Amino acid sequence: MTAPLSRVDHFHGGIHLPDHKTESTTQPVAAMQIPSSLVLPLQQHIGAPATPIVSVGDHVLKGQLIATAGGRVSAPVHAPTSGVVTAITNHRVPHASGLSASCILIDTDGKDKWVKLPKPIANYADMDRALLIERIRESGIVGLGGATFPSSIKMEARNNSIDTLIINAAECEPYITCDDMLMREQADHIVDGIQIIQTILGVKRCLIGIEDNKPEAIKSMHAAVDAASLEETSVVTIPTLYPSGGERQLTKLLTGKEVPSHGIPANIGIVCHNVGTVYAIADAVLKGVPLISRIVTITGEGVEQPQNIHSLIGTSASELIARAGGYTGKANQLICGGPMMGFSMHTDLFPVTKGVNCLLVPSLQESPPPEPATSCIRCGKCAEVCPAQLLPQQLYWHSRSHNFDKAQDYHLFDCIECGCCSHVCPSHIQLVHYYRFAKTQIWSKEQEKRKADQARRRHDARVARLERLAAERKARMRKKKAALKSKKGGGDNAKKAAIAAAVKRTAAKKAAAKAASDSNQGATD
Amino acid sequence: MQFSAYSSPHTGHSVNVTRVMAQVLLALVPGIIAMTWYFGWGVLVNILIASTAAVAAEAFVLKLRKRAIAPAIMDLSAVVTAVLFAISIPPLLPWWLTVGGMLFAIIVVKQLYGGLGYNPFNPAMAAYVLLLVSYPTEMTSWLPPRQLDMHSLDLLTTISVIFTGNLPQGLSWDAITMATPLDEMRTKLDMGKMINEIRTSPLWGDFGGLGTEWVANWFLLGGLFLLWRRIITWHIPVSMLAALLIMATAWWLAEPDANPFPGFHLFSGGVILGAFFIATDPVTAVTTRKGQLIFGAMIGLLVYSIRSWGGYPDAVAFAVLLMNMAAPTIGYYTQPRIYGEQESKDAA
Repeated sequence: MTAPLSRVDHFHGGIHLPDHKTESTTQPVAAMQIPSSLVLPLQQHIGAPATPIVSVGDHVLKGQLIATAGGRVSAPVHAPTSGVVTAITNHRVPHASGLSASCILIDTDGKDKWVKLPKPIANYADMDRALLIERIRESGIVGLGGATFPSSIKMEARNNSIDTLIINAAECEPYITCDDMLMREQADHIVDGIQIIQTILGVKRCLIGIEDNKPEAIKSMHAAVDAASLEETSVVTIPTLYPSGGERQLTKLLTGKEVPSHGIPANIGIVCHNVGTVYAIADAVLKGVPLISRIVTITGEGVEQPQNIHSLIGTSASELIARAGGYTGKANQLICGGPMMGFSMHTDLFPVTKGVNCLLVPSLQESPPPEPATSCIRCGKCAEVCPAQLLPQQLYWHSRSHNFDKAQDYHLFDCIECGCCSHVCPSHIQLVHYYRFAKTQIWSKEQEKRKADQARRRHDARVARLERLAAERKARMRKKKAALKSKKGGGDNAKKAAIAAAVKRTAAKKAAAKAASDSNQGATD
Repeated sequence: MQFSAYSSPHTGHSVNVTRVMAQVLLALVPGIIAMTWYFGWGVLVNILIASTAAVAAEAFVLKLRKRAIAPAIMDLSAVVTAVLFAISIPPLLPWWLTVGGMLFAIIVVKQLYGGLGYNPFNPAMAAYVLLLVSYPTEMTSWLPPRQLDMHSLDLLTTISVIFTGNLPQGLSWDAITMATPLDEMRTKLDMGKMINEIRTSPLWGDFGGLGTEWVANWFLLGGLFLLWRRIITWHIPVSMLAALLIMATAWWLAEPDANPFPGFHLFSGGVILGAFFIATDPVTAVTTRKGQLIFGAMIGLLVYSIRSWGGYPDAVAFAVLLMNMAAPTIGYYTQPRIYGEQESKDAA
């Protein structure tokens, strides 16, 4: 087919940001090192937490399953290297709340001894797709772009309903370069992964979206796609404009179609995977290696040697920053993720999980603390840049006044929290913060309502049950009484009959005796 | 190592309200210079009086409200209000009217509603209208442009007139003031004169009034600067001017003798200033694009209607205030289609 595979459309809004990508791309991805200990949260994905299947003191091998998926929307966890489980306990995890969560702690033994891995599936084209999906699921693969949604679920979409695979390699957040470096160095393996996903989904058309500030990655991806001579797969260079890497924005850019509000790309025949995820899928299928490591960008003016490090999942942030030469005097903040959507952590004593793509240590100049907010002057800059085409100032107004119904009328839940509005706000209002607040308030209210509904249903059920029991008891009693009564009534008759019969019998006996004596008398006479 | 944690995004801000307001003030400079050139020192004196009064009033109310005074003063919004007001009033307006107008604008129209961002009405225009209806004589005592002015007052005399109300020996108010072109047009039309006759008066320039049309040109330049700096968007000015122009053209074509040339409407009175600096005040305007088009167009229609059939020669202030009232409703009904919103939903 020679028809154009794609045209680059555009999405509403967006902002140009200094990309700060070159700092961390001067050297190749640093090889993995085994830290002395690892912390593996049971929840590194969206969905139910995993269930540990090892106990304290167990010796585990590299790649060994240590926690199974806790449901359909969940992902298992594997040991990233060999060692001993020292605890299964609460530990600080990379989360905006800064709270702790259940983790498996492993003291590594440095031997890095592999468990017997599942067999590589080289001939995936001939395999049952269910088997491939199962492999991806068992390998604990989740969206590595940061969303951490279990990848296997996206594969389950029924055949034929999907016509386009989008590979998200936009990496639009400033500073982050892990996908860029991965594409530069592992393009062939990524293309293998693309072919696996194409096989599973039964789609030919694949669009790989890369922002034009990554010429080297574009070049190597082009070469790899050409080498694999994939017919309907093309690398599409998109303009650098944050947030082009948002799933919805990228979909619009590459296909001109919009993902329905409250829907998912599959609704319009599209499945979207992050390029890092694709690489992990190739690893899982072609090598049998579960997701136990990832590339993490360590950057910002606060670190000595900004770079990308191939890290074991569970490695402490402090360890990775030390590997990048440690902090400079300028280190002022520690951000998990990029400057636009990342969350800042109070300390570096947390593990890198599957979803952590970047540890950004900005200086005060790079990331100044928020200035005091002033009143909204309704200038509308926020609406100009909003990629979801919302009216952020209205959302702010209603979120701030706790008018959550109104906020939902203004499509609060279509907000992707990209931060464009906050960035351009001349009044320095932390808009995204208000939206998160409103969302959590609404969620907790809904939860309360659900709980209340459940309690009411339970109460109603209990009342009904008690009534039913009472009715049943009554019925039983009535029955018993009736039975007793009828028994009693029947007994009287029987007695009478018996008495009558007895009377009859006696009378007959008497009569017979009399007759006999009479006849005896007659005989002796 | 311990770090402080903040909510995302972590990029800092490139703009602030002060810078926005400062650019608005900068954009007003060419028009103000032109006004001073044509109408004398009074323009600058008024700006000074109004600004001082506005800032003082703002500080006073903020103190009463126990709010931080410095940041609110530093945002320059009170100064913008003061300047817009000062260039709308006659150059020799008694000082106490200017001060009174500013007290009303800042204390009642702005701060009583909650301060910057919460006021439903444009403070400068509300103050202007209050004075116009309360002190119609003072508020319509405009000086003629310099070409026609025989009695140009120097700075000191101007200050003295503004503060004492006493004119120099041998001058009377009737002698130094003159009807504005809009006034003239209206009165003469009411007298049944033809446009051609009316335009023989020396008061006229190429399109609008002599002088005023050039002041309008310089404000237009400032407006273009705001567009270029993306402080405002084209929607409100273009729709307002277009609506006014369409109305004026329609009536002019129908009856060219009884209706002034469309360009006259554009370059007289406060239309250009209003289109770029007043109707675009973000706080009191509509924020949706579609809504801004309606908002602007309605102001244009109102300006033409009031000028032609209403009780006042100029109408920008009234039109803007009327539409300020309608702005929230217009905004509500013109929400943009959001990303991924289903077409079928609209049909349903």
